[in-house]
Amino acid sequence: MSVLADTRVVVPEVKASRGYWASVGMRLIRDPVAMVALGVILLIVLAAILAPYVAPADPYRGSMLRRLRPIGFPGYPLGGDELGRDMLTRLIYGGRLSLFIGVMPVLLAFCIGSGIGVFAGYIGGRVNTIVMRVIDVFFAFPSVLLAIALSGALGAGVLNSIVSLTIVFVPQIARVAEAVTTQIRTRDYVEAARVSGANAFTIVRVHVLGNVLGPVFVYATSLISVSMILASGLSFLGLGVKPPEPEWGLMLNTLRTAIYTQPMVAALPGAMIFLTSISFNLFSDGLRSAMEVKQ
Amino acid sequence: MLLYALKRIVYVTPVALGVSIFCFLLVHLAPGDPLTAVMPIDATAAQQAEMRAAYGFDKPLPIQYGIWLWKVLQGDLGQSIASGRPVLSEVGRAVGNSLILASVATLIGFTFGTFFGFVAGYFRDSALDKIASSVSVLGVSVPHYWLGIVMVIIFSATLGWLPPTGAGPDGSGKWRPDMEHLRYIILPAVTMSVIPMGIISRTVRALVADILAQEFVQALRAKGLSEWGVFKHVVTNAAPTALAVMGLQLGYLLGGSILIETVFAWPGTGFLLNAAIFQRDLPLLQGTILVLAMFFVALNLIVDVLQTALDPRIQRG
Repeated sequence: MSVLADTRVVVPEVKASRGYWASVGMRLIRDPVAMVALGVILLIVLAAILAPYVAPADPYRGSMLRRLRPIGFPGYPLGGDELGRDMLTRLIYGGRLSLFIGVMPVLLAFCIGSGIGVFAGYIGGRVNTIVMRVIDVFFAFPSVLLAIALSGALGAGVLNSIVSLTIVFVPQIARVAEAVTTQIRTRDYVEAARVSGANAFTIVRVHVLGNVLGPVFVYATSLISVSMILASGLSFLGLGVKPPEPEWGLMLNTLRTAIYTQPMVAALPGAMIFLTSISFNLFSDGLRSAMEVKQ
Repeated sequence: MLLYALKRIVYVTPVALGVSIFCFLLVHLAPGDPLTAVMPIDATAAQQAEMRAAYGFDKPLPIQYGIWLWKVLQGDLGQSIASGRPVLSEVGRAVGNSLILASVATLIGFTFGTFFGFVAGYFRDSALDKIASSVSVLGVSVPHYWLGIVMVIIFSATLGWLPPTGAGPDGSGKWRPDMEHLRYIILPAVTMSVIPMGIISRTVRALVADILAQEFVQALRAKGLSEWGVFKHVVTNAAPTALAVMGLQLGYLLGGSILIETVFAWPGTGFLLNAAIFQRDLPLLQGTILVLAMFFVALNLIVDVLQTALDPRIQRG
């Protein structure tokens, strides 16, 4: 007895291996395409946040006498728009609303969609069937059609366009979250936790969320690119941001009349949407391979 | 096979019902009454009530849905508030134009998409693969409405080669397959084809790489089959999935064409939707979306069954 009591188990000191996120970070840093994409995104975001300090002019003040100036005109580095406002300034300010209405729906849908997906996947059974059948209904609509149907019915406005796009993305994220949760639920360590008396809340918090949120997050980042295009598309149609606010989709629309006189200036707002969207896409691709998520 | 098709139809029925409920509720999502937008401001309360009763808006929602669904099943989608014409005839005319545009775009996208996909899959990690992969990333990242404007700037405004808007020279609402009308479809169709091109090339690249890595390909080569013979085997194996993706893309384009149709003033469903939204013509909005969504559901079903017929290895439970 005493011998046993005296025996101390000596655990050799283990050097902390690099954590999961640290190794993901290392892999990302070694991916030049993803890093350039991230750099572009950060640049656009920073410019949008610091717009009052960076932008050379007032985004709202124009002059009918000096409208539609070409690119490189003195005082108008990227030309002037149809109301004589400085394009560079409006493109910088435009990032604020465009990013907001593009990223917000994905963020909201990530929270709501993973909630629904994890719930349905963990509960399983009939509840799961019902929830997933309702979600199937939303998959009967192409994203663009669903977004336009909802904002068309709700009416124009920034808030309504965010609501519509959130509804577009919730089912897509919920489906991914449900699929991963259903896989995780039957794993041995979840069984073990359940047998050892952990309640559902603890199991979901510790074992399920930790494994589900990663892949769902990667999927959500790949939606930002789509969301940016759709959100600006709604504004382009007149269903989102209202004039005179600077927003890339809306600017592209109001400048359509200038395609014969100042084609380069008219194409600029769309080029910004393209640049942002492709950067998010490339960064998301890099993140996916760095996190080793298979899809 | 027939059993599988029947099983899929049974599975799709509740989805179709759900779609009809969604489209019905869409009108009631709108702030106020569906009639508010078109009612004259000086209409008396009695006149408003009369109008509401005439359109059936005075009954409880589930009953309204039942009546609406019954009419829809008989092909009555109601009347356009703006034009007074039946919604079905308005949508029918527009669907034809959209279908032509989306089909041509899918065909262009499929041709180039499979080409890029095959090249990239065959020569993985080569410069050709990098170029093909970049094309597919560009295809899915580009805001197509902007691409449309850029195309108009280049080919209409600057070079003057092609007409910028419309479906034909006479401003008619109907596209016909002749040389003059062909010039009008080029710009919108090419613009639209960029999306399926990117997606199809991605799919085909993965498929081809996957098939080439399988043992039977090695066996074929070991047997002394020519590279052309091996290629034919790869095509046969990749075809069912590639064709399925093409079919689904047609559905996506048909439903998602509103932005491109608006840019090119193409007289299709997208253009119709745009008009319905801005005139707050809710029956027309509802009818158009219902038709497009049902078309998408039906197309999904057909693709699913055909794909299984072509390749019995795939069967969804």
